Amino acid sequence: MLDMRLYMLQRITALIMAPLTLGHIAVMIYAVQDGLSAAEILGRTQGSLAWFLFYGIFVVAVSLHAAIGLRVILHETLGVKEAALSVFTWSVCVILLAMGGRAVWAVTFL
Amino acid sequence: MGRDELDVSIWRGDANGGRFEDFKVPAQDSQTVLDVVSWVQQNEDPTLSYRYACRVGMCGSCAMMVNGVPRWTCRTHVKKVLDGQKVTVAPLRNLPVIKDLATDMDPFFDKWVKAAGVHHPSKTRDDPIEAVNPASPARVEADTGIECINCSVCYAACDTVTGNADYLGPAALQRAWTLYNDAKDADQQTILDAVSGNGGCHNCHSQGSCTLYCPNELNPMKAIAGLKRATAASFFKRRK
Repeated sequence: MLDMRLYMLQRITALIMAPLTLGHIAVMIYAVQDGLSAAEILGRTQGSLAWFLFYGIFVVAVSLHAAIGLRVILHETLGVKEAALSVFTWSVCVILLAMGGRAVWAVTFL
Repeated sequence: MGRDELDVSIWRGDANGGRFEDFKVPAQDSQTVLDVVSWVQQNEDPTLSYRYACRVGMCGSCAMMVNGVPRWTCRTHVKKVLDGQKVTVAPLRNLPVIKDLATDMDPFFDKWVKAAGVHHPSKTRDDPIEAVNPASPARVEADTGIECINCSVCYAACDTVTGNADYLGPAALQRAWTLYNDAKDADQQTILDAVSGNGGCHNCHSQGSCTLYCPNELNPMKAIAGLKRATAASFFKRRK
């Protein structure tokens, strides 16, 4: 169920996510240790193009990567295929993109 | 050995289903699983269907599930796989059953062809024979996969084949990898395209059952990893 295109897309998004995940964990540890409040965090992220790009790219990569991975699991364990499989893949991608995108927008530009 | 008896369960049936039937088989020295199955067919039930030819591990026709594990039965000593005094013999997994222990191998061989597992000549009969350097890295790599006897043990062992009927499977992909590394094969891109489709090498989860159970101790998982690298490299080259 994975052709070359989906395989490459999943690997490339994994490469993008690896450093972003490490960055995210580092930020979380920093924020917790220094006891930053929600207001202080928002003060740093709001209006910041850098944080918008950091988490924006993260959300796009996660949406593509997870949708392809779940597609394979659904096909191999439940035998879903063809149109139903494509609808599932795209739905997962769009839902993750919408939820993640909304969260990123909320902490950076709202 | 004395008059020990083995408790043998053999799957009987066809494409519509079946059940295990129990037999008592006299134990002997150096007895293979194929010897046990043959004894049942010759002494208990002549209608038992199974497949074998060479009996020396060359032809690849006698593979069956033995105690749930795919094995070449002519080279498997029954003493080494006994569970107490019991052994269970069933048709190969992941293939349609024709009757009893004989499976339909067509899907397995059709996928060899689908994976471009046929020779693509680089010369005509009028050209001199191309010399192959046995020490070249590509030839050394190809040599690691050419002892495949097409027994389908790896195909029966593969969980990805179970989950994805289109998946070409370890044997066909290993064949593609040996041809890809063969100096006498003229069409490497055709091979890469053939293994890049919906059922291609990218579906492999590297679980390694193929390599674990291959009776000739080949490493199809490594061959598939090679195909993944080669197709990825070609993916970027073509986009330049």
